[in-house]
Amino acid sequence: MSTTLPHRFGPYGGQYVPELLMPALTELEAAWIEASEDAAFQARLTSLLNDYVGRPSPLYLAERLSEVAGHPVYLKREDLNHTGAHKINNALGQALLAKRMGKTRIIAETGAGQHGVASATACALLDLECVVYMGTEDIRRQRPNVQRMELLGATVVGVDAGARTLKEAVSAAIRDWVTNVADTHYIIGSAVGPAPYPVIVRELQRIIGEEARAQVLEKAGRLPERVIACVGGGSNSIGIFIPFVDDADVQLIGVEAAGEGVETGRHGAPLTVAGRAGVLHGSYSAIMQDEDGQILEAHSISAGLDYPGSGPEHAWLRDQGRASYHAITDQQALDAFALTARLEGIIPALESSHAIAWTLANPDSAIDVVCLSGRGDKDLAEVLDKLGIAGPAS
Amino acid sequence: MSGVERIAAAFEAARSDGRGAALMPYLMSAYPDLDTSREIAQAYVDGGADLIELGIPFSDPLADGSVIHAAGVAALNAGAHVYESLQVARTVSDQVPVVVMCYANLVLARGLERFADMLVEVGASGLIVPDLPLEEAPAALAACDQRGLALVPLVAPATPDERLHQIGARARGFLYTVSVTGTTGERAVNDGALPGVLARARAHTDVPVAVGFGISTPEQAAAAMQAGADGVIIGSRLVRAVGEVAPADAPAQARALVEAFSGALVVPGRDS
Repeated sequence: MSTTLPHRFGPYGGQYVPELLMPALTELEAAWIEASEDAAFQARLTSLLNDYVGRPSPLYLAERLSEVAGHPVYLKREDLNHTGAHKINNALGQALLAKRMGKTRIIAETGAGQHGVASATACALLDLECVVYMGTEDIRRQRPNVQRMELLGATVVGVDAGARTLKEAVSAAIRDWVTNVADTHYIIGSAVGPAPYPVIVRELQRIIGEEARAQVLEKAGRLPERVIACVGGGSNSIGIFIPFVDDADVQLIGVEAAGEGVETGRHGAPLTVAGRAGVLHGSYSAIMQDEDGQILEAHSISAGLDYPGSGPEHAWLRDQGRASYHAITDQQALDAFALTARLEGIIPALESSHAIAWTLANPDSAIDVVCLSGRGDKDLAEVLDKLGIAGPAS
Repeated sequence: MSGVERIAAAFEAARSDGRGAALMPYLMSAYPDLDTSREIAQAYVDGGADLIELGIPFSDPLADGSVIHAAGVAALNAGAHVYESLQVARTVSDQVPVVVMCYANLVLARGLERFADMLVEVGASGLIVPDLPLEEAPAALAACDQRGLALVPLVAPATPDERLHQIGARARGFLYTVSVTGTTGERAVNDGALPGVLARARAHTDVPVAVGFGISTPEQAAAAMQAGADGVIIGSRLVRAVGEVAPADAPAQARALVEAFSGALVVPGRDS
């Protein structure tokens, strides 16, 4: 039986947080290890994932998209989960853990709103108070999710600092946690943050890859050549990658936001750019920073990828050559969004549209599995606005 | 004299000067602008500061509340850089020990060794890195020790005894005790638990114990002294004060406040 979790992935990870949070991180780690070994806890989580979330999510051969791509494209349909994205896998697991730890109050950050909605949902189900921090720019561009969170009983707190997006929402949530750590659990939404969060989030999301691996073997009779997922902080991607890591012939492709173009500086692609690593939100990883070490603002049309940091395990997978990271522009993502809607009758999240765009732009493959991490209903207003400006997408 | 020795001497001098605790006002470097922050540093000394904590503006200060966060962002928006912000220490570092407060990524971006060299160059005596807890601190501690700089750790009310013991043993200069659970910022009352928190901290370290976070009135400073603090750190109250007036008036404003805090730390019946 293990008593601690790994805190580092190679040089990455760690716990760069105020001393005030260290007892809480130690408590969280111990509680997670106990819960991992508690059959009743696991049974409850599995039961909720099956009957409440709707797992397993299907693996769908998108035939018309495959024709355009030039190779078979299987979509892992996390968009069909309750609340419409993979975020519920993590939020539900952490909310159950918080309940077990005797916490009565949950805080969460959200960019696109999907993690906020998932957290608000889990809190409604488990009777926990829920406060969600969200940048005011994201509140503007993800309005339906704000309304959903409020309907579910959560309090949405607008964060008006910096670029008013995900980075500031995470910072505000951490400050709240520093202040209210005794009764509050922070459900971080991605595979980022201080240890033990990157491991906890990975373990709660690895179900995506475990299902996908079994499903593709059954449907295609073989492993995929490539597994492709978008990377903001990197939770759906680490979840789908990890069960394939030991399959040496399967390429793992992380797709970040190139925004207006990596060369413009207005992007959210720290793993792709691979500059000097640094500390953001409690862990050492690939980040966007200036020469002094000030954190730079990210840019992406997709609120969930609009983040200047990345999960530490991704940085390590990259350095080891086990995964590679690439970036897709706002325009490429918009085109993939529109194409998937018309060809497949599926409206993907703008985040997931980056992964689809990459498989379309890189045709040389036998079989691709693409994580369709969420649905795009939340993005309609933003996309219609942008498509209107850009002219009709073909 | 090394930085560590200078800090120790400053705590002792405050005592022999008739004060029950040393006064350490916090200055956000380059706020409201570089020149004014230099003048404020001097005003702190003139007002009776025994040591000065010099904050380096950072984009994402997780341990700070809204006042210091906003001041740091304002300084960055006005073009503050780490190198120039550190130079502000030179203004006063021959008069009082300067302890630089700087977040981990700014230190790591420059490289521990280079950053520590810069601290020596500007005459700083110590370094506080609020997001570098015990587990992540060994390399920084070594870099500071080699140069006689004090790496000052923080402890919190909820820090367990065993951990407090480990931190206390590695503390250089002084032990920074966070008085309340939360970020920096003014609070209405001192926590009644402060004497216990301070006593527990003292039991685990040989260096002076200073208290910070939330102390915003001379009465609270006096209460912290009476609760057993060797040093009192005043942050947000001063940063707010200099932001409320025109830059030209900020040094006088700062000096008047520091004088009031300093006066509150005079031991009753022991006029110096």
